[in-house]
Amino acid sequence: MSEQQNGVRSTNKKPQRARQRGGGPASQMMPGEKAKNFGPTMKKLMHYLAKYKISIIVVFVFAIASTIFTIIAPTILGNATDEIVKGFMSPQGINWDTLDKILIFLTVIYGLSFLFSFVQGWIMSKVAQQVTYEMREQISSKIDRLPLKYFDGRTHGETQSRVINDIETINQTLNQSLTQTITSAATILGVLIMMIRISLVMTIVALIVLPLSAIVIKLVVNRSQGQFKDQQNFLSDVNGHVEEMYTGHMIVKAFNREDESLETFDEINEKLCNAAFKSQFYSGFMMPSTQFIGNVGYVAVCVLGGYLAINGKVSIGDIQAFITYVRSFNQPVQQVANVMNLLQSTAAAAERVFDFIEEDEEDDAYGTTEETKVHVDMAHHHGEVSFKDVKFGYEKDEPIIKDFSYVAKPGSQVAIVGPTGAGKTTIVKLLMRYYELDGGDIWVDDHDITDYSRSELRSLFGMVLQDTWLFNGTIRDNIRYGKMDATDEEIENAAKAAHIHHFIMTQPNGYDMEINEEATNISQGQKQLLTIARAMLANRPILILDEATSSVDTRTEKLIQSAMTKLMYGRTSFVIAHRLSTIKEADWILVMNHGDIIEQGTHEDLLAQNGFYANLYNSQFAELAG
Amino acid sequence: MKTTLSYYKKYIPLMLIIVVLLFTQAMCELALPGYMSDIINKGIILMNQSYIYKIGGLMLAVAFCSVVCSISANGVAAKVGAVTSRDLRSALFRRVTAFSRAELEEFSTASLITRSTNDVQNIQQTTVMALRFMIFAPCMGIGALVKAIRTSPDLTWTIVLGLVAVLIIMVGLFIAVMPKFKVMQTKLDRLNLVVKERLEGLLVIRAFNTEKHEEDRFGEANTDLTRIYIFVNRAMSILFPAMTLIMSMMGVLIVWKGGQLVDTHSIMIGEILAFLQYAMQVVMSFLFITMMFIMLPRAAVSAGRIGAVLDTKPTITDPEDKAEANGRILQIPERRGLVEFKDVSFAYPDASENALEHISFAAEPGQTTAIIGSTGSGKSTLITLVPRFYDVTGGEIDIDGTNIKDITQHELHEKIGLVPQKGLLFSGTIASNLQYGKSDATDEEMREACETAQAMEFINEMPDGFDTEVSQGGTSVSGGQKQRLSIARALIKKPEIYIFDDSFSALDFKTDAVLRKALKEKVGGSTFIIVAQRINTIMDADKIIVMNEGEIAGIGTHRELLNTCSVYKEIASSQLSEEELGREGA
Repeated sequence: MSEQQNGVRSTNKKPQRARQRGGGPASQMMPGEKAKNFGPTMKKLMHYLAKYKISIIVVFVFAIASTIFTIIAPTILGNATDEIVKGFMSPQGINWDTLDKILIFLTVIYGLSFLFSFVQGWIMSKVAQQVTYEMREQISSKIDRLPLKYFDGRTHGETQSRVINDIETINQTLNQSLTQTITSAATILGVLIMMIRISLVMTIVALIVLPLSAIVIKLVVNRSQGQFKDQQNFLSDVNGHVEEMYTGHMIVKAFNREDESLETFDEINEKLCNAAFKSQFYSGFMMPSTQFIGNVGYVAVCVLGGYLAINGKVSIGDIQAFITYVRSFNQPVQQVANVMNLLQSTAAAAERVFDFIEEDEEDDAYGTTEETKVHVDMAHHHGEVSFKDVKFGYEKDEPIIKDFSYVAKPGSQVAIVGPTGAGKTTIVKLLMRYYELDGGDIWVDDHDITDYSRSELRSLFGMVLQDTWLFNGTIRDNIRYGKMDATDEEIENAAKAAHIHHFIMTQPNGYDMEINEEATNISQGQKQLLTIARAMLANRPILILDEATSSVDTRTEKLIQSAMTKLMYGRTSFVIAHRLSTIKEADWILVMNHGDIIEQGTHEDLLAQNGFYANLYNSQFAELAG
Repeated sequence: MKTTLSYYKKYIPLMLIIVVLLFTQAMCELALPGYMSDIINKGIILMNQSYIYKIGGLMLAVAFCSVVCSISANGVAAKVGAVTSRDLRSALFRRVTAFSRAELEEFSTASLITRSTNDVQNIQQTTVMALRFMIFAPCMGIGALVKAIRTSPDLTWTIVLGLVAVLIIMVGLFIAVMPKFKVMQTKLDRLNLVVKERLEGLLVIRAFNTEKHEEDRFGEANTDLTRIYIFVNRAMSILFPAMTLIMSMMGVLIVWKGGQLVDTHSIMIGEILAFLQYAMQVVMSFLFITMMFIMLPRAAVSAGRIGAVLDTKPTITDPEDKAEANGRILQIPERRGLVEFKDVSFAYPDASENALEHISFAAEPGQTTAIIGSTGSGKSTLITLVPRFYDVTGGEIDIDGTNIKDITQHELHEKIGLVPQKGLLFSGTIASNLQYGKSDATDEEMREACETAQAMEFINEMPDGFDTEVSQGGTSVSGGQKQRLSIARALIKKPEIYIFDDSFSALDFKTDAVLRKALKEKVGGSTFIIVAQRINTIMDADKIIVMNEGEIAGIGTHRELLNTCSVYKEIASSQLSEEELGREGA
């Protein structure tokens, strides 16, 4: 249920790729996506398997052994039949000694075949899981080492899909298709040998059917692939319309657009209905037609076998065995075709996973030379931050911060103001080295920020963001996030300082209350207080605050302001400010517009300049009706 | 479930055709082993070559008949599947469109989407599968069983033995694995959640240096998932080999016992071979049916979920006589837009307490009526009553003296320009979104509305101007831009009454102020109802209604309320500086 909803949410307007397996015959011949570099990708995948060399060799040996047993069994059963025929023809009746021996031997063969194939599956399940486990872990640690830039151009859904869906595809292939390829190939070869042993003529007749079957499959697949694509496209059209109309239900109603929406819906629904019918119909051709061709082969073998038997060239037992072989020949051929398709989409999935794992990481290097490397010693940090001729642009040729210099004294407050979308968070991101400068440098407490390792540099900052980030866990764990080794007492003190202690105590389970998956069981204001508590606990010399624009109720608002003031006390703080009171009390104001710092100074300075800031400030008091 | 099934009633004749076709196909398939047995018994053993050819020809004919039946049945099944799902989808969509907010909330939008998309798709797939295999497998199974018994009643017990063995394995696996499937899904959801949280928290995680902790959290979820995967896959890996073993052993048993019967001349050799094939068919069919039974509960859940929607009737309906209702509104001499709340009370469905109580006020044309209050005070609820997204539970709301329940919803909505809290846009272009307000809006009209809504500036900056693509969930327009576009959309409609549901929250103070000024100038004669959190937005309103816990705590202008209403004063003092308060209060 929740999985389905996730699915809907993430497939916005994009045609849904039919990733589900085994949903009717159509899905088996879905046109798989193709990998750009099939060979190299497969090689890399094999590399992961190399660790389990011994297991895989065992799996292969067992798989082949099991196949061989399966292949010789019909011949032995045929021998048993012949023994019965012999007894039927002769006056002494059946030689039960021989027959029993044959049948017991057969039972042993079947038993071994079962054992081998079961053990093989047992081992392979584990290998497949271990490989995919490892891949997931690699992606996981990669997430933390990629530069932020990487994520700017991608949706979260994209990355998430690699961890979940792509790896799932690889998992399925490893679990089933790999051994299937081996057994199918072995079966085809083995069955062929056994058939020729019985009768070359009959084998040739039986095989004439194969290319015929292949042609029919090819025709049907070509035809139905197009239909299938149509169906997928119309399906995503319908789903897109449904999703949009339901989410915008209120607007559709308020603007009296129900009829129009129904009209559009009926139109695409009808198209979908036609496409679904055609797609099902054409894909439904495959099984009956290959079955028919199989039956033709069956009849041919029966007739030819009968003819040969009358002439004494083959025995009845041979015919019986041969029929079994012919029947078991079709399936592996189809399987091999399927696996080829599957390998393609697996390669495509694996390629995406490897691309991610091999993406360039944020370098670990810091300090231009050994001597300039510095380590953070909290006792010596007071939080002086200076910007010297800073230049930066998200794109190389589009500088947005052209030449910025400023020294923030320890304990001072810097407010960053500007209209929506002015790029107010850029400065903050540079400060914490989420991005590299294009020119100039930033110093924190007598050292260039590039002389610190990234993680040590970041350990100097506390952060409270507008989109409060809380995770599914207890309130206590969410606060503890600021300082992982904090005691319960420290956590409670931080909560008290952030004015959230009282609220927590009134909740069921208090500090152990679970915040739910969507973090909807506490209000926006309380979320903000919790993140403030988190920053309190972290107790870092420099603070980054992003004031919330969406207002919360009055009482909470007061609490937040008071908590923020407390938090900023004695710390150098950079505040992305929306509240007038914060702005006016700041020691320095940076005014941003279109990504650039266009004015800076104190509140009074800026008002006196009578520029952008003054305009911004005064507009608040503009009368509604002039 | 029952409601969903009723959509299949129309197609019962088609389904009967499928049954006939599939039955014929099964009979054809089953005839083949019999012929083979004839070839052996009467052809080979009696050395009759022409008999062999004759039977061979017959076999070909039967095989052909089988394929024709199969393809036709498939065609009909595909048709029934496609058509029924079309009908279901359409019925669902119509019903949900007619729903009011109450029903929408009851099911939740996300769930309604799943029901109209995935659930219907699910049912379609199951329908096609069921119509083909669920009918074919029993035909085949029973047919084969009958043939087998007829061929040799003495050997029938081997089949029963085989079936029992299959059943034991299937039931055993079902009991062992089924509950784990559910666990598997929750573990997968958990992994998904952890990844999602990490991606959303990139900045925070790096700032607090908690990468290691996050990797551990992921590792835990990963290990859990891997463990359950291994269990399930291992358990499933026994299925295929076990089924092969059962069928093989059945074969051995049949040949052995068959040999004894041949020895006593009770049956012929060809009959053993035919029996062997019938027996395999029976077991295979049985296997198929059991697998279908694993699929069915899923489809049944979907059918139930769809049925629940179709069984829910919309609670808000138009007055009985539409013509009369529309006539009533035509009698009103001039377009005005006076909105009056008369002792309105409202309780959400299933709520024990009223969300609104005894609300009486009038929003007059040419005036701005603002509604303010803390979260949960009922201010947003109040305005959803005007377009009848919910119906009042006590009192009434009148527009120009007519109760809104006495006119059609269409007429009512014509009068209202609604701007929702989160500027909700549809995928398309900026122009197509604006035209949602008026489908034949000219460029000139659009430009004018956008200028008033302060949207022209950013539209001009966009490479394609009005033709810029916007996607519903996309990031091509920011929150503030969305709000301005949805204001422009309402403006194009030129309604008598504007309702702004906290529609200025994502705008900066400057744009907020300029926009409100422009509104006054351009469409000042209309009725404005504004819900806001920011006191700056509503300070200049003609009438401010202060909501507190579902009741009106005060009505008046900013200045009046500062002196008389303590709730208002508290809100004001938290948002405005002393200086501003002083300036206003003086």
